[in-house]
Amino acid sequence: MVDRRRVFVPGDSAARSVGADEVARRITQISSERGLEVEVVRNGSRGLYWLEPLVEVETPEGRIGYGPVTAAEVEGLVDVGFLDGGDHALKIGVTEEIPYLAKQDRFSFADIGVIDPFSTSDYRAHGGLSGLTKALSMSSQEIVAAVSDSGLRGRGGAGFPTGIKWQTVLDAVADEKFVCCNADEGDSGTFADRMVMEGEPFLLIESMAIAGVAVGASVGYVFIRSEYPDALSAMRRAVEVAYEEGWLGSDILGSSYRFDLHVKSGAGAYISGEEMAMLESVEGRRAVVRAKPPLPAIQGLFGKPTLVNNVLSLIAIPRILTGGSKEYRERGCARSRGTQVFQLAGNVAHPGIVEVPFGITLHELLYGFGGGSRSGRPIKAVQVGGPLGSYIAVSDFSMKVDYETFAQAGAMVGHGGIVVHDDNTDMGKMARFAMEFCAVESCGKCTPCRIGSVRGMEVIDRILAKHDVLDNLRLLDDLLETMTDGSLCAMGGLTPMPVRSILKNFSAELGIDSIDLVEIGRVV
Amino acid sequence: MESARNQVGFALWSSADAGEIVDAHEGEQGSLLEILVAFQQRFGYVDDEAVDLLADRLNLSRAEVYGVVTFYADLKREPASGHTIRICRGESCQAVGATEIVEVAEQVFGGKLGTTDDNGVALEQVFCLGNCALSPAVMVDGELIGRVDAARIRELAARLGGYQGG
Repeated sequence: MVDRRRVFVPGDSAARSVGADEVARRITQISSERGLEVEVVRNGSRGLYWLEPLVEVETPEGRIGYGPVTAAEVEGLVDVGFLDGGDHALKIGVTEEIPYLAKQDRFSFADIGVIDPFSTSDYRAHGGLSGLTKALSMSSQEIVAAVSDSGLRGRGGAGFPTGIKWQTVLDAVADEKFVCCNADEGDSGTFADRMVMEGEPFLLIESMAIAGVAVGASVGYVFIRSEYPDALSAMRRAVEVAYEEGWLGSDILGSSYRFDLHVKSGAGAYISGEEMAMLESVEGRRAVVRAKPPLPAIQGLFGKPTLVNNVLSLIAIPRILTGGSKEYRERGCARSRGTQVFQLAGNVAHPGIVEVPFGITLHELLYGFGGGSRSGRPIKAVQVGGPLGSYIAVSDFSMKVDYETFAQAGAMVGHGGIVVHDDNTDMGKMARFAMEFCAVESCGKCTPCRIGSVRGMEVIDRILAKHDVLDNLRLLDDLLETMTDGSLCAMGGLTPMPVRSILKNFSAELGIDSIDLVEIGRVV
Repeated sequence: MESARNQVGFALWSSADAGEIVDAHEGEQGSLLEILVAFQQRFGYVDDEAVDLLADRLNLSRAEVYGVVTFYADLKREPASGHTIRICRGESCQAVGATEIVEVAEQVFGGKLGTTDDNGVALEQVFCLGNCALSPAVMVDGELIGRVDAARIRELAARLGGYQGG
């Protein structure tokens, strides 16, 4: 009996950016020419990006992968019988046995890249909706307690305990409350939120519905940056399906709960990812930061109590409910519980998603998983936590990655993005770029950020040009302190972090000798 | 209804069409930005006339509408005259040669980043397209391209009718 074969060619936007659509078309075309019964599934990405487009075929031994495949190579693959796992130079074997994947602990990313993102039956077959079903059998307080007990902390960057946030919104008394998912993933080096929305959009929808049931909100918003057109259309399509299936709207899953979900698009502003500025964008205004307090949990969207969570925080919830808080809490170290979805990017041989418990060393991430630099040259530094994170030098690669260890070292885990630089990167230019980025993206509300970033570029330019280095270093130190202490939000407040880390770790590249640094003292 | 289109496929600005987009968002809370994004997608820019139209229809001050139109990088004030190439200058792309990509693009398209060349091709910088695992990345009229190198930029210039000189 000849079965209809399932062939997986990721529809993930990154896989598409390197030719996955052409590969999918070619497979369909050649199969039909040869009378082969093939169903091409456009799954999400497994997050093994150096292998994209990664084509997988279902065999009795499991899913066998080939990659990176180009459209021109498809005919050759069909010739060697890749539909039955035939040998070919591009064959990498059973995908799940690739060490990169086998060594991971895919708690949140278990099904991303595995299932058809828009198939409700695939979703259910992989445990979809069991979290929401469980939530509907629990009281609001029980759900919030389960989240608190798990030890989950906000994955957007700040690391605030998620349970406390949920409790605050639950306890707030109001006629209306909202759940708002921050999917404005603007940090360079991060792409996990995008992969979730493109690869398993129902998981985010289910997670938000659980949040709504838990805190007493009947309306939710997903705010997605416009640089993610595929994620926007995937979420819109999935929301439509979810309404048809009765997962959203009135009486969700036959319960008495109502939950409506709206997808909102950004319009090209990094600052929209800042929690308070995002609420302004969702309300249709300029993304100008609001002063805190009041916290959004008390007075957020349209002045109502609002639960604001990142995509990665939310999607951990369904499995925390079904598997128990303990299952999550047992992973990780110290006060950093559970898994972190690390994203390896930049100059790295094996870029992609590495989901592992907190406590792994940078060295293991970069060499054990990342395979060193892509260029083959020595790694010089990694920037962790996005454009506002520290540059960490090779001598600190033995450091464990968790919130506390990083905070102690003057760094931050942020959203889990790690950008690798080899020895060709000019660190002086990166320090200047940190200020340039802030100058371009500042919302303009507070002076330390709006003006400080421009003055920062100027003063770093003078240092790089060796003009009055010592005086300009003092000025820079003063400026960094003002930005850190005087800015309204993390944009201006954390821009000094990458700059100071470069002053500390790579001072020679700024043309500063150690004597200057001793005189400045506090800069390091 | 078939609207007249310009050479890059956007509908020509029409008050009636714009009004219909506003109608579609009737009764929604905080719909200003969504409507402006819809204008941008339909017409390729936000016409000056939109400020009065939206102030009137949404009961906002003209200043408030103008403020939003000018805040967001995606919202253009002039109609696009050609293709748009957005080059990522995020740290991840810089780590694998984004600076060189910008230089080559400026050379083959004959214009600086942030300007539009004689053929109407607009070169823009963008900070992160979420393709950091396949850096360097560019986006051409909304199509994402990864693992870009200098040769790919020249190929694009040839395809899109750029200047190609140097």
